[in-house]
Amino acid sequence: MAVRFDEVQVGTELPARSFPVTRATLVQYAGASGDFNPIHWNEKFALEVGLPDVIAHGMFTMAEAARVVTDWVGDPAAVVEYGVRFTKPVVVPNDGAGATIEVTAKVAALLEDNRVRVDLTATSAGQKVLGMARAVVRLA
Amino acid sequence: MPLDPSFIGRTYPPTEPYEVGREKIREFAAAIGDANPAYTDAEAAKALGHPDVVAPPTFPFTLSFRAAAQVVNDPELGLDYSRVVHGDQKFAYTRPVRAGDRLSVTVSIDAIKSLAGNDVLTVRGEVDDAGGEHVVTSIMTLVARAADEAGEE
Repeated sequence: MAVRFDEVQVGTELPARSFPVTRATLVQYAGASGDFNPIHWNEKFALEVGLPDVIAHGMFTMAEAARVVTDWVGDPAAVVEYGVRFTKPVVVPNDGAGATIEVTAKVAALLEDNRVRVDLTATSAGQKVLGMARAVVRLA
Repeated sequence: MPLDPSFIGRTYPPTEPYEVGREKIREFAAAIGDANPAYTDAEAAKALGHPDVVAPPTFPFTLSFRAAAQVVNDPELGLDYSRVVHGDQKFAYTRPVRAGDRLSVTVSIDAIKSLAGNDVLTVRGEVDDAGGEHVVTSIMTLVARAADEAGEE
């Protein structure tokens, strides 16, 4: 069911989600995306460059946050703009549990042509991992 | 040494076409754990008005990132990639990437700034289909940390 423009207002919340991330997730994402930077899978390398541990690909976090928007609208083509700033890394320990990315989103502005601006927040371990996370979405 | 601002506006040759396969999209969607049927089921995608399965919104980065290697590895620019982190990322879509697309990326340098000793490089990738029609623009900001601050996040 497509979300209709006249059903939403500024402040309408999208269903929040939390996304688990383990080392296995990062290896799978490295393979699918072609980003094999060792900071995303090699703990020794990550520590040598001064990181606290292996960190998730920023683009993985960006992809997870987008799911809150595309799950809401159904058709991924409804997303006309999407941007984020990578403010803090998602640290993924090798403890079997990994990390969790918590994403919330709400309608922040009503625009022309049935478009809305959605502002997202993404946190992990209590830290904001994305800044200025915004999508422009065309509704029915 | 700061990056040479005369590189602002430089455009690199379009990349060889990348053919988007259904199975590549399926692999990417699985890697981000996204079960949206538009990514894997051609009938579901058609019901939404697409000719074939479409790719998730961040998929174009896999192409634009590869294309940006032309900038990152440009010996004349002299970026030290070991100091580079991804600062921010934006996409502006004309339509989603879809299976069967043959996509070419034209990369250019939008901005070079120096902030607190860090080089901030904005790289634009225009992704066009085989007919030369615009599909998506990917704008990536890379931050090269000052050499004496290696080890910061």
